[in-house]
Amino acid sequence: MPNALTRILLGLLLLLPLAAQAGEADTFVAANAGKQAKLLQDWAAAPLPERLPLLQALQQNRVGSDTDKRAFIEQAGTWQAADGAAEANGTLRKLRLNNRLRGLTAVALASHQLLAEDAALRLAAARQLQRNTPAALLPWLETRLAAEDDDSVQAALTLALANLQLVDTNPAVRLAAVELLGKTGDPLARTRLESLLGGEESDAAVRAAAEKSLAQVKNKLLIGDLLGQAFSGLSLGSILLLAALGLAITFGLLGVINMAHGEMLMLGAYTTYVVQLLFQRHAPEALALYPLAALPIAFLVTACIGMALERTVIRHLYGRPLETLLATWGISLILIQLVRVTFGAQNVEVANPAWLSGGVQVLPNLVLPYNRIVIIGFALFVVLLTWLLLNKTRLGLNVRAVTQNRNMAACCGVPTGRVDMLAFGLGSGIAGLGGVALSQIGNVGPDLGQSYIIDSFLVVVLGGVGQLAGSVMAAFGLGIANKFLEPQIGAVLGKILILALIILFIQKRPQGLFALKGRVID
Amino acid sequence: MTQALNQTLLARATAKLGPQVSLAIGLLVLAVLLAMPLLHLLPADHAMHVSAYSLTLVGKILCYAIVALALDLVWGYAGLLSLGHGLFFALGGYAMGMYLMRQSAGDGLPAFMSFLAWNELPWYWYGTSSFLWAMCLVVLAPGLLALVFGFFAFRSRIKGVYFSIMTQALTFAGMLLFFRNETGFGGNNGFTGFTRILGFDITAAHTRAALFFATVVLLVASLYLGFKLARSKFGRVLTALRDAENRLMFCGYDPRGYKLFIWVVSAVLCGLAGALYVPQVGIINPSEMSPTNSIEAAVWVALGGRGTLIGPLLGAGLVNGMKSWFTVAFPEYWLFALGALFIVVTLFLPKGVIGLLKKEKDQ
Repeated sequence: MPNALTRILLGLLLLLPLAAQAGEADTFVAANAGKQAKLLQDWAAAPLPERLPLLQALQQNRVGSDTDKRAFIEQAGTWQAADGAAEANGTLRKLRLNNRLRGLTAVALASHQLLAEDAALRLAAARQLQRNTPAALLPWLETRLAAEDDDSVQAALTLALANLQLVDTNPAVRLAAVELLGKTGDPLARTRLESLLGGEESDAAVRAAAEKSLAQVKNKLLIGDLLGQAFSGLSLGSILLLAALGLAITFGLLGVINMAHGEMLMLGAYTTYVVQLLFQRHAPEALALYPLAALPIAFLVTACIGMALERTVIRHLYGRPLETLLATWGISLILIQLVRVTFGAQNVEVANPAWLSGGVQVLPNLVLPYNRIVIIGFALFVVLLTWLLLNKTRLGLNVRAVTQNRNMAACCGVPTGRVDMLAFGLGSGIAGLGGVALSQIGNVGPDLGQSYIIDSFLVVVLGGVGQLAGSVMAAFGLGIANKFLEPQIGAVLGKILILALIILFIQKRPQGLFALKGRVID
Repeated sequence: MTQALNQTLLARATAKLGPQVSLAIGLLVLAVLLAMPLLHLLPADHAMHVSAYSLTLVGKILCYAIVALALDLVWGYAGLLSLGHGLFFALGGYAMGMYLMRQSAGDGLPAFMSFLAWNELPWYWYGTSSFLWAMCLVVLAPGLLALVFGFFAFRSRIKGVYFSIMTQALTFAGMLLFFRNETGFGGNNGFTGFTRILGFDITAAHTRAALFFATVVLLVASLYLGFKLARSKFGRVLTALRDAENRLMFCGYDPRGYKLFIWVVSAVLCGLAGALYVPQVGIINPSEMSPTNSIEAAVWVALGGRGTLIGPLLGAGLVNGMKSWFTVAFPEYWLFALGALFIVVTLFLPKGVIGLLKKEKDQ
């Protein structure tokens, strides 16, 4: 008999946690809002692994109750009683949580997730607790910190703990916490230290340490900010480069500005959209690869349009650059309206594939998005290809010859008309590639290209015509200057300042940074 | 179709009777324009009454015609294609708008400033309640900006497409600046809701007629100035500068002063046109500075015929008339028509409608 008795007892013991959880769920559901808040606070301070499903359900709005005030949890569409067996009595009503209870649920859940197996989950929980922790969690955090073996989770927990220790009655504990906060580069640490200094901190040593820590934190944040600005400058520069590279080639070659160049970017982006649609419809399993497939298609589409433009309009305006400017503007109006009529005036949705979304966290206040990193690399790759094409192929030789001296090249047998057409196709095609890149980071709409023509032309002016190196330097220079000026004096004033600087720069070097030497005068 | 037919008829007529007929047609148009404000004063049920809508529409187009004339002075004669004349137009309009806002607001602040919770006027609003100072601003704001920009641009011999894109960048920057609320010009909405000008009700028939009359006078005056300039030695130098700047320099001329003078005159004319545009249309906002508006002005000039002075007026009338008709009848297709106009004019009408008429005459 003792055997049977033990078995029963053991069975009961095993059932206990389940019963505890179920009982808690029922109590929670039956309680009023004040009582529920109290419960959540208690749970957060003393987590039990068995409570996790209930908290998760609470956070995801999957808890309901029947008329007997018994708790039910929705799982995969069906409602199950929290204590396992009971059938619902009467209609189920979903539990509604107010904002305060929601906040408390999040804290309690994070506190429970510190017990999770997965280190990433624990890290996320610790980060959550850095933001918002009730003082009651202090002992629990200390126990977890002692038990934690993952370094990054440990660091995050230390910070969360330091936040709590700032209000400790013992000045020594506060001092330690302040010093700990100084070692992090977290934006939150700054706000905590600032509020501590602005508050009623009486201990002079803590005050001094807090000031020192604050300076340290600010320093680290400044570095993060500067790196962030430099990175967004590089990112803007790479986009400017993709937009301006083709313009630099055609402007160098023909001396005309193609005002429809921005629309090539737009068409490239819309090609990406169409390719994405086709993939969704016909090859959903390979959807992640659609940007790669869009590249050659966008290049072909825009290159063909560019060549057709050169053949039908620009060639007939040879030697009249201002008229070319107006005619190509007319073409850009027609292209924009055509797209607007075909695809609608609203922006279309081009989604990032998984491998382009998200980012890598370098510093607490610096995240580098993957799509921007990829685009910087892509821009450099396109520059490399263009360089190879211009310097290592027959076509490139011809393009350079016509750029330097059209008549002489024609005398030597270079088919200048053909070169013009092919170079125009190349320039437009590069803009099409730029459009694919743009579609991955911004909105795709009919007006997409309009804003790029001025910026691209400024790159060409600054870099000088017919020189790849000049365009690269000018694009990245303008991008970085833009992004560094933006936080100082605002985006608009920054743009105006840069325009003024470029006008002054032209006073000094009318031919741009890298000028081709020539002795031609009209 | 009828338009082409009319042109042919017009050309035939001019061919037979020579410049007297052109002059007669010009005087006839002028007489009609001068009669319009008077007809507007007739009672509304009178058969000859001109509605406020038509008067405003024609007044608006006349303001645009002045812009086209100003642009023709720099593009047609000096070869400088400005894609930023909308900026000067809008600056003149904003200067006038400041005065009108102060008139409507009385002793208080303009309404948009109260929304921004500003307590006092920014310094550049000082004195704008005086009509005389506002008129000075209408001239000074575009004039000084053109002077500074032109000085630097011509000093470094920026010309051709470089100059065009720089002016476009300038007006784009201006637009961004005026879109900001902090700039103190009403941000996105600009100025509107005017009630009084010089103490008169701005919507009254007499005020409308007077404004229209002033516009016609300004147009005739600028046309006279344009002819005087174009036929003087100054105008000959400008034309030479357009066709071969280097040769002109080798002959001992310094082109900078010539360019700067005509550039500033043109900007001031635009400012004046803008100042007359605002009280007639009743609104000014930053979209007047958008590059699209400025480049559209270039097609008025190109359609009418560059370097002819009369041509741009004709072009402004034709394009804006077409626009008013299209945007009501086929709003979707206006941009197609405008785009096609850009291409057709540059490819097939290098000398514009006036050039076409002259060719007919020669045959």
